[in-house]
Amino acid sequence: MAEKKGALRKIIQAGWGILTNAYVKGFLPGGPPIYKGKLKQICVPGMNCYSCPGALGACPIGSMQALFDGRQRRFAFYVTGYLAFIGLIAGRFICGWLCLFGLIQELLYKIPTPKLKIPKKIDRPLRYLKYLCLFVMVFALPFFWRSAYGTGDPFFCKYICPVGTLEGGIPLVLLNDAMRGTLGWLFKWKFFLLVICILASVFIYRPFCKYVCPLGAFYGLFQKVSLVKMYVDEHACVSCGLCAKTCKMNVDPKKTPNSSECIRCRECVNACPKQALSMGVREKHTLS
Amino acid sequence: MEKKIPVWVTYILIAASIACMAFGICRGEVGTVLSKAVNICMECIGLG
Ligand code: SF4
Ligand code: SF4
Ligand code: SF4
Repeated sequence: MAEKKGALRKIIQAGWGILTNAYVKGFLPGGPPIYKGKLKQICVPGMNCYSCPGALGACPIGSMQALFDGRQRRFAFYVTGYLAFIGLIAGRFICGWLCLFGLIQELLYKIPTPKLKIPKKIDRPLRYLKYLCLFVMVFALPFFWRSAYGTGDPFFCKYICPVGTLEGGIPLVLLNDAMRGTLGWLFKWKFFLLVICILASVFIYRPFCKYVCPLGAFYGLFQKVSLVKMYVDEHACVSCGLCAKTCKMNVDPKKTPNSSECIRCRECVNACPKQALSMGVREKHTLS
Repeated sequence: MEKKIPVWVTYILIAASIACMAFGICRGEVGTVLSKAVNICMECIGLG
């Protein structure tokens, strides 16, 4: 039963990924490189580069940096409000169910190799890295930094984001001869980061989500106040610890059901032998 | 045990997030997002 539920999540993740990247013409040689229609006014809720040839929506993290643009130094009200709204409704549920890059990492982790368990001493401080990415690379630098020509820069997109390289850079470079001739050190640097991210994903569950992603960090800020929450029925729980053992994000849902690291994948809910865990807008009580 | 935050706090924050979004839309931020998203982002793909 738990496996069936896990498969359903994968189907939803993949379906969403296909639906939001369904601009087939972009992938055809000689076709328009990317979709240019009105749907791109709206951000998709997960990480999805708007320069992906198939993308039908805008990337929230890219859009946020574009709005914080150092030229004007204006606050990004539209995207910040939009993401806060999603975070307040569902928290990191988006990460578990509606993010293509999350799914890609999960699939890479399925490659049968020995898996790496990062010691707590290293794992804990590394988790704060994503907040640094959010507050420094997405908020502060694009807002305050101005080049000699008076222009701003989307620092996270430009120097870090492996999603842009994978979904935008590589397909565009493969499909356009002219672009191939312009590759410089920046592409090589971003390609290097992507390779590290892919390799790490084979051995560590969702390393980009755990340590780097500013969008996951942003949604995580709302996890304790969001409408969708996880609940523990203390009377039903027998403290077997199976939920914590199941969680690949290293959360102990019995102790911290609304941890900012929980991606709401429900694997612990499905694994609990006593149905002591529930997720939703209201708490479900188990009759025992 | 995690501290429970009353649900009215969530509702106030939801209202604030909608107001924030609406203000941004009125300021024309949707147009900025669109113009960024319909052009290939050179920084994103590692060329800019
Ligand atoms: S943390 Fe980022 S990349 Fe991972 S699932 Fe969430 S939004 Fe997607
Ligand atoms: S798996 Fe269920 S019963 Fe076991 S500790 Fe977790 S919540 Fe309690
Ligand atoms: S605590 Fe449960 S729902 Fe959250 S990430 Fe871990 S397994 Fe998934």
